[in-house]
Amino acid sequence: MDSKRNSRRELLKAGAALAGGITLGTGGKAQAQHDHPMTPGSENASPMIHGSKEQIEYGQRSKYVTSVRVQHPIGGRPSPDVFGKVFHVATPLQDSVGVITPSSLHYIATTRGSFLPDIDPKQHTLTIHGLVDRPLTLTMDELKRFPSVTRLHFIECAGNRHNGKQKTVQDTHGMTSCSEWTGVLLSTLLKECGLKGSAKWFVAEGAEEVKGASSIPIEKAMDDCIIAYGQNGEPLRPQQGFPVRIMVPGFEGIYHTKFLRRIKLVDRFYMNYNEFGHLRPEDKELALGEQIGPKSVITYPSGTQRLPGPGFYEISGLAWSGGGAVKTVEVSTDGGKKWNRAEFKNTPQRMAHVRFAYPWKWDGTETAILSRCTDEIGQRQAMREEIANWWKVPFERDYRVPGLDNSVMPWKIARDGSVTNGLA
Amino acid sequence: MGSLNLLRVVTIPLLLGSLLGSTAFAQSPTYGVGRTPTAEEIRRMDISIGPTGEELPPGRGSAKEGAQVYAQKGCVGCHGAAGIGGLAPILQSKQSADVPVWKKERILPLRAPHATIVWDFINRGMPLGLEGTLTPNEVYSLTAYLLFINKVIPEDQVLDKQSLPKVKMPIGDEYGKPHQFKLNAPRLEGYPY
Repeated sequence: MDSKRNSRRELLKAGAALAGGITLGTGGKAQAQHDHPMTPGSENASPMIHGSKEQIEYGQRSKYVTSVRVQHPIGGRPSPDVFGKVFHVATPLQDSVGVITPSSLHYIATTRGSFLPDIDPKQHTLTIHGLVDRPLTLTMDELKRFPSVTRLHFIECAGNRHNGKQKTVQDTHGMTSCSEWTGVLLSTLLKECGLKGSAKWFVAEGAEEVKGASSIPIEKAMDDCIIAYGQNGEPLRPQQGFPVRIMVPGFEGIYHTKFLRRIKLVDRFYMNYNEFGHLRPEDKELALGEQIGPKSVITYPSGTQRLPGPGFYEISGLAWSGGGAVKTVEVSTDGGKKWNRAEFKNTPQRMAHVRFAYPWKWDGTETAILSRCTDEIGQRQAMREEIANWWKVPFERDYRVPGLDNSVMPWKIARDGSVTNGLA
Repeated sequence: MGSLNLLRVVTIPLLLGSLLGSTAFAQSPTYGVGRTPTAEEIRRMDISIGPTGEELPPGRGSAKEGAQVYAQKGCVGCHGAAGIGGLAPILQSKQSADVPVWKKERILPLRAPHATIVWDFINRGMPLGLEGTLTPNEVYSLTAYLLFINKVIPEDQVLDKQSLPKVKMPIGDEYGKPHQFKLNAPRLEGYPY
């Protein structure tokens, strides 16, 4: 009995010493120094991360989680460029779970390539003027005294276009992100200022070096625009407009002016430099460059990922629309012949990403998987060919969808399980 | 009972306010937070130049003066001599004059529907790294120079608050106009996608 106990004790000691030897952290070593008997299985399987001031004050993700933003588009203008300016940077949607984009991974776009203004919130003010009875200047502390709202909203860049040359879903769709935004409804502030009946548009202007400005219809201002100071439970990140930005839910990203310093109520469409970027020959195409259409994409499995073999997979993706809440999402696992209703993983909200999923047993044959959605106002996501047909233009491989590209994205799955761009 | 009365007192003016609309009469502020900026403060910060040019400051300039400013302020370094050959966007069309504007390059002082947009962008966004340092005369002059090298105005035309908004741009009326935005409506009437 005694000898049995001793031998077991020796074994445990050896095991613990071995564990301590291969681990890097000192936590493992401390474990090895214990000489009392341990319950089998209670050994620490992993090295310990020592508590540090930084880890305690503002947490970090695991070193094994390496998902990062990349420049967009691939081969386009680098960020940062030689001057240190940032242009377009995409979110790693292939690694996303749920609907919230971590603030650190939110996509970035700037008007023409910009430095990041390092704004002291104590010095920053927001002024509302123009066609109002009482112009108003607010410090950031004063802004926070108004009744607030907290809402989930996506922002998507007009440059979020997919084509056959891209590899990953980050390349094809990474210029959209979704956060929980906190701020004051613009309508609250405009009522406080006494909006004049002659105000038909407003200009929202930022404080960065190009002082980007966009013209937005007053109907939108009085509906759901948010003067946002919070993102995902903390102040906005500088890359997202610290200390304050405007949310124009469902409109293209450029309207969501960052570093907001001024709102001017005007009686007509003020064509600013940002609007010059939207200039198109036809009214119809211009209209499709304002509100985001219904759109969805499968994020798993997606381009450059690999299925290890036949068997069960939960196809997962994101759907959103600038027209309201997503109503339905369908998934096809046979290249678009049969469409199956996907389930929602969260309650769809207006102008917010919703996570959808479809359970699938892959039989190991070559196929293509696709998703499509409809929104609550009856718009539906279409195949590129349908869109070309609607516009009565010939459908070609490099067909460019007018306005923002919200067409269906196919992923091809080869017999070896490799996933590639279905538009290639 | 007391709370019911309070409810009535609060809801009736609120209802009236929403029925009549905020424009029918000057409502008093609900929260009273913040301060009223002075007219001078607003004038200094209001750099949004609309199509009528009403916000333009006094000042003037011509293409000849603009060519000098273009050289002095280092515009050449990024945009190239006379707007061609630099790393930054080109500012003078390489196409012949008879090519329609939509077939020409996407150049702000050529394609913009209003000359005021050219003034506005130079004023707010140039030169790179020294934004906001140009005087109104310099901005008028540069605008005149860029319009001149794109054959929009003659070399001796003087631009100021009155003449700038009247410049006839080559695009004329050949561009899409914004539609009447409607809430909870498809982004384009009759478009199902």
